[in-house]
Amino acid sequence: MRRRILPLLVLLLGIASMPTDADTEWNLSEVCPAGFHLKDGACYLQSFYSDYVSLQSSGVGGLKTGLPLLREGFSAQQIDLGRLLFFDPILSLDGDMACSSCHQPARGFADGLAGSIGRHGEVMHRSAPTLWNVGFLRQLFWDARASSLEEQMQGPLFSQEEMANTPTQLLASLQQNDNYRHLFRLAFGESEIDLQQVYTALTAFESSLVSLSSRYDLYANGFHEVLTQPEIEGMNVFRSFVARCAECHTPPAFTNQQIAVIGTPEPDGVPLDAGVQAITGDASQRGGFRVPTLRNIELTAPYMHSGRFKTLRETVAFYTGGRGHAVPKGEHLSLHWHIWEPNLTDHELDLLVAFLKTLTDQSFTPVLPTKVPSGLQPVATQILTH
Amino acid sequence: MKKIIPMGLLWLGLLLAVPSLMAAEISVKDGDSIQSAVNKANTGDVILVYPGTYKESVYVDKDGITIRGVVQDGEWPVMEGEGVRNDAILYSGNDFTVEWLTITHYKGNAIMGQAGNNFVIRYNKVIDTGVYGIFPQFGKNGLIEYNVLSGIEDAAIYVGMCDNVDVRHNEVFDNVAGIEIENTRHALVENNYAHDNTAGLLVFITPGLPIKTTYDVILRNNFVVNNNTANFGAAGSIVSKVPPGIGIVVMAADDVIVEGNIVSGNKTAGIVITDLAFITDISSDPDSEPNPDRMVFLDNLMFDNGADPVADVKALMLTQFSRRGPDILANLGSAQEPDNCIINRERYTRFGVKKWSECERKDTSDILTMRIPGGAPNEVVTTENRTKLLYQGICAGCHAYNLRMIGPPTLTVQALYRNDAQGIADYIAAPHKVRTDYPAMPPQGHLSPELRREVAEYMLGVTK
Ligand code: HEC
Ligand code: HEC
Ligand code: HEC
Repeated sequence: MRRRILPLLVLLLGIASMPTDADTEWNLSEVCPAGFHLKDGACYLQSFYSDYVSLQSSGVGGLKTGLPLLREGFSAQQIDLGRLLFFDPILSLDGDMACSSCHQPARGFADGLAGSIGRHGEVMHRSAPTLWNVGFLRQLFWDARASSLEEQMQGPLFSQEEMANTPTQLLASLQQNDNYRHLFRLAFGESEIDLQQVYTALTAFESSLVSLSSRYDLYANGFHEVLTQPEIEGMNVFRSFVARCAECHTPPAFTNQQIAVIGTPEPDGVPLDAGVQAITGDASQRGGFRVPTLRNIELTAPYMHSGRFKTLRETVAFYTGGRGHAVPKGEHLSLHWHIWEPNLTDHELDLLVAFLKTLTDQSFTPVLPTKVPSGLQPVATQILTH
Repeated sequence: MKKIIPMGLLWLGLLLAVPSLMAAEISVKDGDSIQSAVNKANTGDVILVYPGTYKESVYVDKDGITIRGVVQDGEWPVMEGEGVRNDAILYSGNDFTVEWLTITHYKGNAIMGQAGNNFVIRYNKVIDTGVYGIFPQFGKNGLIEYNVLSGIEDAAIYVGMCDNVDVRHNEVFDNVAGIEIENTRHALVENNYAHDNTAGLLVFITPGLPIKTTYDVILRNNFVVNNNTANFGAAGSIVSKVPPGIGIVVMAADDVIVEGNIVSGNKTAGIVITDLAFITDISSDPDSEPNPDRMVFLDNLMFDNGADPVADVKALMLTQFSRRGPDILANLGSAQEPDNCIINRERYTRFGVKKWSECERKDTSDILTMRIPGGAPNEVVTTENRTKLLYQGICAGCHAYNLRMIGPPTLTVQALYRNDAQGIADYIAAPHKVRTDYPAMPPQGHLSPELRREVAEYMLGVTK
């Protein structure tokens, strides 16, 4: 797969001069991002799935099922401003960390680490999730503790462990920057920059990261010939009632957005992550996490909240290890009923991995800026190696 | 771009517009594969499966397919899972029918739907097969009738997260759960014979699922008899927590009407109405409303229930000074509230219904079906309209007719390539950089040469 993504990214990097950052004069795109159409001044998604419905508008179902509600309707300019902010380390106190530090385009908008690296190099205890299709999610973070993208981002922005900014400091640095004052006016009209605008622009950009043109999507929409026989067999294992993956990782978003207690292991020596219980105090939710999307899963190793599993093969093998096999002695978890003893064969595990790789699609990767309005070095706009 | 067409119109349209698409019959004989027939089939085709043994899992991701067993002199076509295959039939297509099959020894389900509206599942025999017998999920408008199912370690017929389903004239026995209606709205369960299961009929809200409600369910004229089989559900499954000897369980579901059933010989209770507390050790879900509301209990024939109840119910009998177990047991909490109603309550042994009101409705003869007249509207993908879908789904994400988007306008491309569809097909396989003020176009090499050619031709023909 690497063979397929690299040229794409190289090409995108090659087009250093998008119209937006062509010259000294900063400007914002009037064109909606890939996949989005302009209607009444705002951008709306058009995809394979646009004309399908879903039962009770739930956004879960089978192959031809309507999507969950997307955060859309932002202007092209707001989305483009969000793109610049996302890569700009001006958002951090020390001016050295951007959202893209941990959500890197070249790594499926994750960072390739088990625990992200915090402000002073300390290793955080959870892994950074992909941001592909994040605009479809109603609850954010592994433990579902935020209910909007606007609320979510105040976590990293103002956490001492991460970007360590303060609302006042963040506003001041943007307001003092001529380029940003100009760009915020283009996106939001004549007013002082305020925090809400920052949140809106970043939300607009995040919601534009849509991945729905994978080879799986072609199959789902009637192009059965694009998947190989082993990939189709893998899909059938995935949605079978033996493996039951599709019961939680339900198409088309490949998450049903519910909390599930499945009992994955922590790295050696790390105590159990209480997950949702730590937020709600409800003991039956101990070890509960929001079901993550599996789109672009090939790109975002290592896996699970803790990054405990290095490969997809290890990850899928977890599900056939026996109900509760990784729950520490003396712990009681109210394990989900779909976690059982499916007795998948090695061959079926290989097929599952083959299928998961058909969910890779980065064709709507945004243009990665070669420079950002602050004048600082944009972060992770190239392929980094750790 | 695609219109929502009612089923009937669709058929008509197909027949008129493309006579070559007239429904064909494809025969499958012993030794052939049902799947290869499905792969060949087009919308509207009927696959005839002749007697024989078919050792395969069949998936149907097309619309309007019928799989019909042919029973000759008592010989049935048998799908045999040999204890190693996952599901017998897995469908996602709309307007799917499966009938006249014997299905046995699969690890997963016999017949499973994931989405797929207007399904018909009938005249099947499902014996000793895995987890669920018949399990449509995320489907709207369906009919499940004249099936016989036994030996299933969860629900024999499990309607999960569906709308508008009729389940009638089925026989379910020797299963953990006979017929289960879960997180589903508008269901009619009628004229079924549910006997010798752990529990006969279940109407549930299960927490933690993405669709949260169950309401508007009628259980009518069923035989619910001698459901006393020891629970052999898989550890951790929801039904493994159901005590044996229950005719009917209504858990957390709303607006359930129970009428005209013959409920007898169930040793714990004839019917239990309860909130979610019934199921223990399950992760709580604040979005699932736990209380059963507005149950309507009309005339039913109940006798000889509760003869040898599980310990909890025995204890309850002591507190009620009753020597007989209950026909009707409304569990502690909201199940006992007066929003539930009953008529002729004096006929039954009953616990917890003291506050129930008298029902205004006396029967349900006005309701014949829960299905939608004319069927659920569908987006049907045929081989004919799929190129258009490909263009709309992929290319139109970056190319508009006469407007600059991420890519140049379609008009510009048309002017450049004129009649050279092959030129476009070649370009998109591995696009090179043409314009400095545009980003690169992502390669479409994963599309076959034929598909690239088809979509290229389509692009040249786009007129708005
Ligand atoms: C230091 C690394 C780091 C930085 C910087 C960072 N994130 Fe994250 N991000 C993470 C980690 C780790 C998580 C998961 C944390 C958790 O669930 O407890 C996360 C979670 C998220 C999520 C939730 C995704 C989901 O599926 O629930 C979103 C959205 C997100 N980040 C956006 C941003 C944005 C926007 C910025 C910039 C304002 C940002 N992040 C900066 C590491 C980082
Ligand atoms: C009961 C619901 C449930 C079922 C069934 C289920 N999953 Fe998961 N899956 C989850 C949850 C919850 C997580 C996150 C757990 C954690 O981080 O500890 C997860 C995580 C994953 C991940 C890692 C995602 C990431 O971003 O790191 C993969 C891959 C995955 N599942 C694949 C599968 C496959 C393959 C199957 C079927 C064999 C399956 N899942 C069945 C709920 C489920
Ligand atoms: C992610 C956005 C995107 C998608 C999806 C996309 N294109 Fe393009 N396309 C572009 C861009 C950008 C260009 C301009 C490239 C350049 O000039 O270097 C382009 C250019 C073209 C050209 C003109 C090449 C030339 O010689 O000037 C053709 C033909 C074309 N696309 C066809 C298609 C078809 C057919 C599809 C669907 C299978 C498609 N495109 C999907 C972005 C896209």
